[in-house]
Amino acid sequence: MIWQLDLAILTLVIVCAIAAITVKDLLATAILFGAYSFMMCLLWSIMAAVDVAFTEASVGAGVSTIFFVAAVFRTTRRTKD
Amino acid sequence: MKKLALLIVILSGGLLLYATKDFPPWGDPHSPASMHVSPRYLMKSLEETGVPNVVTSILADYRGYDTMFETTVIFCAGIACFMLLRKFEAQSKDVYYRHIPTGITIHVKGGKQIPPTSKEFEKIDAIWTPYDLIINTVSRFLVPFIQLFALYVIAHGHHSPGGGFQGGVILGASIIVVAIAFNLRTAIKRFGEKIDGIMSALGVFIYSGIGAICVLLGAEFLNYGTLARILPVSKIMARSHGILGVEIGVGIAVMAVMVCIYNNVASEGKHDEGL
Repeated sequence: MIWQLDLAILTLVIVCAIAAITVKDLLATAILFGAYSFMMCLLWSIMAAVDVAFTEASVGAGVSTIFFVAAVFRTTRRTKD
Repeated sequence: MKKLALLIVILSGGLLLYATKDFPPWGDPHSPASMHVSPRYLMKSLEETGVPNVVTSILADYRGYDTMFETTVIFCAGIACFMLLRKFEAQSKDVYYRHIPTGITIHVKGGKQIPPTSKEFEKIDAIWTPYDLIINTVSRFLVPFIQLFALYVIAHGHHSPGGGFQGGVILGASIIVVAIAFNLRTAIKRFGEKIDGIMSALGVFIYSGIGAICVLLGAEFLNYGTLARILPVSKIMARSHGILGVEIGVGIAVMAVMVCIYNNVASEGKHDEGL
């Protein structure tokens, strides 16, 4: 485990998480959640939990992002708050 | 009120961070979790189940009940999505068609329509009409390879990372790719709603059916070792084959549920036009 790489990815995870709850555009939120999941996937693979990383990449970064985009497509792109 | 909420969040976050100080360091061989349970599985799982990937043998064999109910939870999620969103309404009266040779769009009103067997016209969505030859062709070429990779992930879960959940999600994603690149009707024509529902139930049935076969052969529920009495293999290899069987069940259920959720969410339950 290289701690510099670990720290950089952890920072990106936190940045993605904060950005996902602050942006007003819900489509951007869906994409940021995808980026968040991908960073988590990298963290899992750094920690040698490859099965979890695989699940995170396919479910978190892949299919759930598509579900979010489909839901945004059928509702609205702007949040109220 | 907002300030109070922020204060509570900061306080509980600080408490959580404070509690992490007492955690054992990452990968510490002397932590309680690595002292008692883990070494038993790491030492014994290969000789007991014949599966080199310890994660797969724990998920599908030692903790088989957990995975069975996880599959049931996913099945219930698909059923809930279907019950909440699906609408059996008549199709809308206004229909749009594209004349394929010239690319001209025509708008047909009043419930009339061009027969779907027509080679000259194709039906297009009213609100989302992108049409791109490159995307269509690339996704058409890509889908078989995605599906082949998904089958590899399911079948090779014994030796490498992967298994039913991941492979099922990738299989479902390959059908969602068709729905996004063409339109929802094309995907539903290839993989219909009825077969989708049957397959999501079939996956759970395969999993619990293998458990029930073990009971019928006189052992505990999900004790795959007893399958050696009907399979021409040793007891250890029977456990390996039992794990493969339940992974296939999980893969089928997850694939069908992913497609079901996507179809219902993207088309507001009408299954006529979507993303």
